[in-house]
Amino acid sequence: MVIKMLQKYEDLSDVHIDVLKEIGNIGSGNASTALSAMIGREIVISMPEVKFLGFQEAIEKNGSPEETVASVLVRLKNDVEGMILLIVEHEFATNVLNIFFGEKQIELVELNDDDISALTEIGNIMSHSYINAIATLAGLNIGVDTPSFAVDMFGAIMSVPIIEFGEVGEKLLCIDKIIEIDGVKMKSNMLLIPTVESLEKLFGKLGVV
Amino acid sequence: MNLNVGISDWKVAKPPDVLVTYALGSCVGICLYDKRTKIGGLSHIMLPNSTTSGEPNINRMKFADTAIPDMIKKMVAMGALQVGLTAKIAGGALMFKTSSDRFNIGERNVESVKSVLQSLRIPLIGQDVGLNYGRTVFFYPETGAAMVKSATKGERKL
Repeated sequence: MVIKMLQKYEDLSDVHIDVLKEIGNIGSGNASTALSAMIGREIVISMPEVKFLGFQEAIEKNGSPEETVASVLVRLKNDVEGMILLIVEHEFATNVLNIFFGEKQIELVELNDDDISALTEIGNIMSHSYINAIATLAGLNIGVDTPSFAVDMFGAIMSVPIIEFGEVGEKLLCIDKIIEIDGVKMKSNMLLIPTVESLEKLFGKLGVV
Repeated sequence: MNLNVGISDWKVAKPPDVLVTYALGSCVGICLYDKRTKIGGLSHIMLPNSTTSGEPNINRMKFADTAIPDMIKKMVAMGALQVGLTAKIAGGALMFKTSSDRFNIGERNVESVKSVLQSLRIPLIGQDVGLNYGRTVFFYPETGAAMVKSATKGERKL
């Protein structure tokens, strides 16, 4: 049997993509259960999409470059390297923070320390449950770093994965989905961005060639 | 007309056109200007150095050391004088504080841009770099002014 080395995201086959979708599905199912338990509301997460996007596209397809968003970045280490980036738009942040702290006007650029810890914790819990599901499924040891929080222009936030993955190619692999709270679609994206080397390890463990 | 410069991209323009690049995070925007001919160029680089990339066919617009000389060539072809060029730069932020600083690519981008400009003897006459926030740059070849806008820190003219 000849195993083709994965060198670029473009080398992935349809089977690989299906497996990634399934991984995204299982991971996000777990993440939504965790978020639901945390805020006591019904959470639905859309079927994940697996996208290979050029750098400019990764920004334009997911939002507008200058829109102010809150975001939580969690780096992955050990068997799977890469990152999970939770992008929280204004409406989502308002909903979640109102559940925690009561009704109030939310301006993303004026969040207080409590707001920031609450959103960071959401990113943290969702990433952990997402990753635990994948790690258990594949029998891999995946470490999750301490989350970092930032409020800024969407494009500037996206420059972080784009630059880190830009060294080896011209595309970004995003496994992403949209989160609904109590039936209200809110455009908050959770992006899983693995390195190519990690994908190879993951597929190997799952017996996918 | 506003000409949009994407990520890993550069464009050269004359008045009344305006060059704009949105939401620089750790990337750096480099405005080069020839006052005499009013020819301006704006480059949006992602990475410091092409020589560390293992790729056989690199995208030259992605790296500071290849994008800047290429853009200058184009400006000179349009009639600009290389000895008359001045530079203003913005970007190179650290968007997330993380435990390890090997990820501070913004700072490395800024250092590389400065060293490329120095080696080409282009004076750096304005900068708004580093710290932890994103920036959009509007560059006006009519006057040579660069407006730097941010989501959290207001506007600044270079």
